[in-house]
Amino acid sequence: MGILEVKGVNKRFGGLQALGDVNLSVKENSVHAIIGPNGAGKSTLLNCLVGKLIPDSGSVMFDGKSVLGRKPHEINQMGISRVFQTPEIFGDLSVLENVMIPCFARRDGAFRLHAYETVRKETDIREQAEAMLEDVDMLDKRHMTASSLSRGDKRRLEMAMCLVQAPKLLLLDEPTAGMARADTNNTIDLLKEIKAKRDITMCIIEHDMHVVFSLAERITVLAQGTPLVEETPENIKGHPKVREAYLGEAQV
Amino acid sequence: MDAILIQILNGLDKGSAYALIALGLTLIFGTLGVVNFAHGALFMIGAFCAVTLQKILTISVTTIDPERTDFLGNPLKVQTPYVENWFGPEIGATIVDWAVPLAILLAIPVMILVGFAMERGLIKHFYKRPHADQILVTFGLAIVLQEIIKYFYGANPIPTPAPSTFRGSLDIGVWLGFDPFTIIYPYWRLVYFFFAGTIIAAVFAFLQFTTFGMVVRAGMADRETVGLLGIDIDRRFTLMFGLAAAVAGLAGVMYTPILSPNYHMGMDFLVLSFVVVVVGGMGSLPGAVLAGFLLGILQSFASMNEVKSLLPGIDQIIIYLVAIVILLTRPRGLMGRRGVMED
Amino acid sequence: MLGLERKDTYLMLAVAFITLFAPIILNPFPAGSALAQFNAGYPDLMQRFVIFGIFAIGFNILFGLTGYLSFGHAAFLGIGSYSAVWMFKLLSMNVIPAILLSIVMAGLFALVIGFVSLRRSGIYFSILTLAFAQMSYNLAYSVLTPVTNGETGLQISLNDPRILDGPSNGGLPVTSLFGAEMRDSTTLFVGPWSWDFSVGYYVCAALMLLAFYLSVRIFRSPFGMMLRAVKSNQQRMNYTGLNTRPYTLAAFVISGMYAGLAGGLLAAMDPLAGADRMQWTASGEVVLMTILGGAGTLIGPVLGAGFIKYFENIFSKINDGILHQWFAFMPDGLENVMVTLIHPFIGKGWHLTLGIMFMLVVIFLPGGLVEGAQRTGRLFRRRDRNAGHVESDAARQRAAAE
Repeated sequence: MGILEVKGVNKRFGGLQALGDVNLSVKENSVHAIIGPNGAGKSTLLNCLVGKLIPDSGSVMFDGKSVLGRKPHEINQMGISRVFQTPEIFGDLSVLENVMIPCFARRDGAFRLHAYETVRKETDIREQAEAMLEDVDMLDKRHMTASSLSRGDKRRLEMAMCLVQAPKLLLLDEPTAGMARADTNNTIDLLKEIKAKRDITMCIIEHDMHVVFSLAERITVLAQGTPLVEETPENIKGHPKVREAYLGEAQV
Repeated sequence: MDAILIQILNGLDKGSAYALIALGLTLIFGTLGVVNFAHGALFMIGAFCAVTLQKILTISVTTIDPERTDFLGNPLKVQTPYVENWFGPEIGATIVDWAVPLAILLAIPVMILVGFAMERGLIKHFYKRPHADQILVTFGLAIVLQEIIKYFYGANPIPTPAPSTFRGSLDIGVWLGFDPFTIIYPYWRLVYFFFAGTIIAAVFAFLQFTTFGMVVRAGMADRETVGLLGIDIDRRFTLMFGLAAAVAGLAGVMYTPILSPNYHMGMDFLVLSFVVVVVGGMGSLPGAVLAGFLLGILQSFASMNEVKSLLPGIDQIIIYLVAIVILLTRPRGLMGRRGVMED
Repeated sequence: MLGLERKDTYLMLAVAFITLFAPIILNPFPAGSALAQFNAGYPDLMQRFVIFGIFAIGFNILFGLTGYLSFGHAAFLGIGSYSAVWMFKLLSMNVIPAILLSIVMAGLFALVIGFVSLRRSGIYFSILTLAFAQMSYNLAYSVLTPVTNGETGLQISLNDPRILDGPSNGGLPVTSLFGAEMRDSTTLFVGPWSWDFSVGYYVCAALMLLAFYLSVRIFRSPFGMMLRAVKSNQQRMNYTGLNTRPYTLAAFVISGMYAGLAGGLLAAMDPLAGADRMQWTASGEVVLMTILGGAGTLIGPVLGAGFIKYFENIFSKINDGILHQWFAFMPDGLENVMVTLIHPFIGKGWHLTLGIMFMLVVIFLPGGLVEGAQRTGRLFRRRDRNAGHVESDAARQRAAAE
């Protein structure tokens, strides 16, 4: 029984079957990758996990509870954090504030009218946020405006914002999309470091085989909305079905 | 039946004005991505083109007629418009009488120029700024324009009558087999409706059948790609703005016999036209036209006594009520597309 | 002090100082002198400064922090005024119950209107608020006449019950605070100067200071940070486990209550409420004030409100005669040219000046007067510390966020 159990999920957009009978099981404390060619339904699947889309049928259980019909913020409060393809951060706020907000969200829940308290006096929250920034080597940039960060730093900041919530499951949507090789390697190192330091389950949607094979313990291959295989990286490399659907074009 | 018909007819003229303003707003918004709060001011400037022409045509020369005397016994001062001197009294009088339709000739170049100046001078610099900034700067411009008009023309409405040929009413009911005098409809409103229909048809035809229109439609569907194709978007944007300004201006010119122009008419119509645009769906031209007529007619139904006695005050709020209901049930309006203006 | 950072304490003290001594500060020119027309230290105008200051401070909590541009806030101003006048009619001429009811009623309306309008964002939100405000305005003029007294406006009369006050003796009663009449004032003569200290002004000023203090607290609170986060990135908010809707709704209701307070005070100074207070042009005015002063800054809205109300008053008083006096030193021809050139912008042309100023601010100074002051300040400081000294990006950003 995995921490995330997807059973028989279907999703249609008009005439297009985006997801057809998807089953997926992600084990606790593992790194699970979902790969597949363009249009395989990876993003649709991800959106079904975080509450942005609701599947037509099937079930998505997280930690023994169904996530279906819940709003994104409720699902986050259950313990799922998401990293976006292009970093989604609070551009107008300082780096430190960016990390403090998830700390507040974790402590106070989805809403609290803390209008008469003072941010400056929230020492616990600030220390928590600063420790997190220290962890990702960004403490010296804490007073910078987030939008003025480099792309790589924005990615780091977004990770920090997700990790400071201590999520049970971290979803990563193509975390290295559009990056140069050096940045990609940095990201891989960052993720490995994160994984080494804490108990966390990661689910990565990725295009880049290099990233997938460096990180993942199990890989699910998606093609035309249906999972073809679920295997370890070693077994995936030689799998004929996968080669046919995917590797034939990518030549790894 | 005749009561319903009469309300539909009554709603047509207001609906036509809404539709024309909303059409221009949508053109500007759809192609340029700019929310133009000064669009009502363009409608007003159009209306004042008619006022101006009327004033110019009635500039008179004062002659003293020794034959006649006024009530004090002095020689009578006779004011003769110059046009009557030049073209003879009859033709001259006709020209003055037809001032409003003639003002179209004046309004087209004036409005296009105003539109060009606005786009080049101001709007251009706001394409990349947030929508809130666009709203604010055009709102400021609207205030400035209406104050300028107020400075030159005063605060009171200026009556501008329709040509005398169109001053009466038409007994439409008789044509349709009702008793005489059941459905009476002023000629000018009919004229306005057909005029608006012609303009709307012309704009759609222009967008449908010319290369320029094709580019504009493509731009409305996907602005970035059209920009990437190396099409000279800038010049077309300016032209587009001029066109939209002309449409609003013409709507204003012809509306003057229905509503005597005053300096705040632009704002009054703008607020409603925005509601119309949103109801029709931001960025949808047919939506704007449809919603314009729909709301005009709904408003006239709501002002029927039978309805008012049932729901007091409904005539005052019907448009807003419809807007709220539509926005909440169909977030993108009647015919709007996804993802427009939701940031 | 009072749970504020040192910088905010200074700001608070400065505002308090200016507000308390406004009758003196705003009357720098001796009465009867040629420049006395620029004096603003008379109760009626000063009251408008602080009342519209409150209105703008509240509007800024919504627009400045969350970025939601409401075009219908005047509705709450109007509701505040009507509630206050009804309190004067039914209960007592004491302003306390009237103001309390204004805040509560405006808050309730804001809750309902905000709940519906905040289901949409961007321009759709603006249009929804506009639609609600116009509906209120139109209804106040027509069917709600029994409540609003339509075009005439709601006034107090001798026949009103006024349960707590008992029957009045003779003339119309006046609004008061436990016996201190709002229109009461003492005039102090010092040499050629005269200063008016009015009860009404100080009641408004005290409430404005309270309103300002609360807004500083909100800006510095976690709640305020959440509101800025809403403006910055709603998507990230949701995926961080935060529900944006109640945050924006709370901001909307708070700013509605501020507007209600302002409306209540308007009625407390002059017990009259008309529907035109709810018209969308009035909503536009508070937008102008906030932007002109600097949206999202603490002091900006107050500055903007003061600026607009001051110039509205002064500009509309200047006439051609005064202009001729000013330019009397010029040769006659030039004098007339100058007067003709300036004429459209003064007197009734004040709105033209306002419109132009507003456009210039939006185009060149999106941060409003506050940004202008900061830029000039930086210019001087830079000159002091030799050219080339550029402040760090972060410091500038913090200043902008302030």
